[in-house]
Amino acid sequence: MSVITLDGRPIQVDEEGFLTDPSEWDEDLGKALATAIGITLTDEHWNAIRFLRTDFAEQGETATLRRVSTRGGIPVKKLFALFPQKPAKKMAYVSGLPKPHGCV
Amino acid sequence: MKRQLLVLGAGTAGTMIVNKLRRKLDATEWDITVVDRDDAHPYQPGYLFLPFGTYSADQIHRSRRSLLPTGVDFVVGEVDRVDGATDTVTLTDGQTLRYDYLVIASGTSPRPDQTHGMLGAEWRRSIFDFYTFEGAQALAAALQDFDHGRLVVHITEMPIKCPVAPLEFTFLAEAWLREKGLRDRVELVYVTPLPGAFTKPVASEHLGSMLEERKILVESDFLVERIDVERKVLVSYDEREVPFDLLVTVPLNMGADFVERSGLGDELNYVPVDQHTLQSKAFTNIFAVGDSSDIPTSKAGSVAHFSVEIFVDNFLQLVAGEPMTGSFDGHANCFIESGDGKGLLIDFNYDTEPLTGTYPLPVAGPMALLKETRRNHLGKLAFRWIYWNVLLPGRPLPLPAHMSMIGKKAAATHQKEM
Repeated sequence: MSVITLDGRPIQVDEEGFLTDPSEWDEDLGKALATAIGITLTDEHWNAIRFLRTDFAEQGETATLRRVSTRGGIPVKKLFALFPQKPAKKMAYVSGLPKPHGCV
Repeated sequence: MKRQLLVLGAGTAGTMIVNKLRRKLDATEWDITVVDRDDAHPYQPGYLFLPFGTYSADQIHRSRRSLLPTGVDFVVGEVDRVDGATDTVTLTDGQTLRYDYLVIASGTSPRPDQTHGMLGAEWRRSIFDFYTFEGAQALAAALQDFDHGRLVVHITEMPIKCPVAPLEFTFLAEAWLREKGLRDRVELVYVTPLPGAFTKPVASEHLGSMLEERKILVESDFLVERIDVERKVLVSYDEREVPFDLLVTVPLNMGADFVERSGLGDELNYVPVDQHTLQSKAFTNIFAVGDSSDIPTSKAGSVAHFSVEIFVDNFLQLVAGEPMTGSFDGHANCFIESGDGKGLLIDFNYDTEPLTGTYPLPVAGPMALLKETRRNHLGKLAFRWIYWNVLLPGRPLPLPAHMSMIGKKAAATHQKEM
């Protein structure tokens, strides 16, 4: 675990750069995290991010792609277009949440 | 009136639970009933070996009823729904069963119907599964005729039952092709939605290099959208394509449909539970044990085994009006067949990934972790006897339910790329 500076403030992250304290996140930080992995956020990105944040607050776990698609109503195909190659990981990263660990 | 314990599913978890609890719960105070849709209990780890002709059908099936103790009612029927508000379960034949406590132990099943094209014209012609008896047998026949081309082993989506089985199948197929002198006429491809060979870094690295040594191509981060049956191609959501001549796929795994109908499931029909007690988050008198719950560890018989040990003690406390003090740690251990009469062993839990080192087994001596040995292979074969004769009857097996760090080598910190 280490502390980095992003969006002009200190942020605690794990060895892969994921926030370790989801409460340090706000939408400005989300923009900075997206920029760091080469993504410019559109309204469609924000729909996914806001679903992830709300669902995490209720469930205590990061939603899987299947959950974002079935419960959040955003097709998996769209998620791959918005967050190319590794949508589950990238969405969690930008949303300041832990990697989804449905994958054991 | 006597108290009712109702268990849905007479598989690994359900059978162990009733065998253990029938001994502990006073028969004058408690009735125990188990429901399953049929009377054939499969030794599921045996399916892996069927395609290579190692086991015969009768070695991997027993009557469910014969594995249950006297004093337990066995009902053959299909569950329609659970009504948590009235503590009743309705079967599709109209029968209603009342319960004081309910254990959902209905497992997880492969669902080829959930991927477009999987159940089409090529199903069990050039597309096979090996997680069902019928699938594994059909695959055995197909392998007999397969002498060249692209053999693709594929995982649809995690989580799946026994997450190491697709790797084991791949290793066994590679060794089998070599034995038959066909290896250089077959291209072997391993297609996975994961970023590497396995879910956790240390094991993924070890198993990944084993695939590499065997010249097995890995197509990672591949989430299948559909199968183009005409062209015999797997197509991913990000429009990558993997052609195949023979596809061995692990379909999407889902919990039982009655869980969904009862409003008790998540998006894959798994029952959300407290990961340490397996108690339903919706009803305090409902538990989900084995593969049917949403706990973040492997869906595997070893998890069912270790968690049942904790559950049974907790359950006895609960019905005595005491607080439940046992806490399940997600402990799993699995033998991994690697071909040529060798195997590996992994041991892990919610917090500790599979590591190298040794596993202290009483009597048999330490087993090597994450390393190919003959002894691990023999351990895997011996387990079938243990399963029928020790595990399911609920006899004590000298393995601690909680994971231990004894013998394990700590992992170096990994830096991974996004």
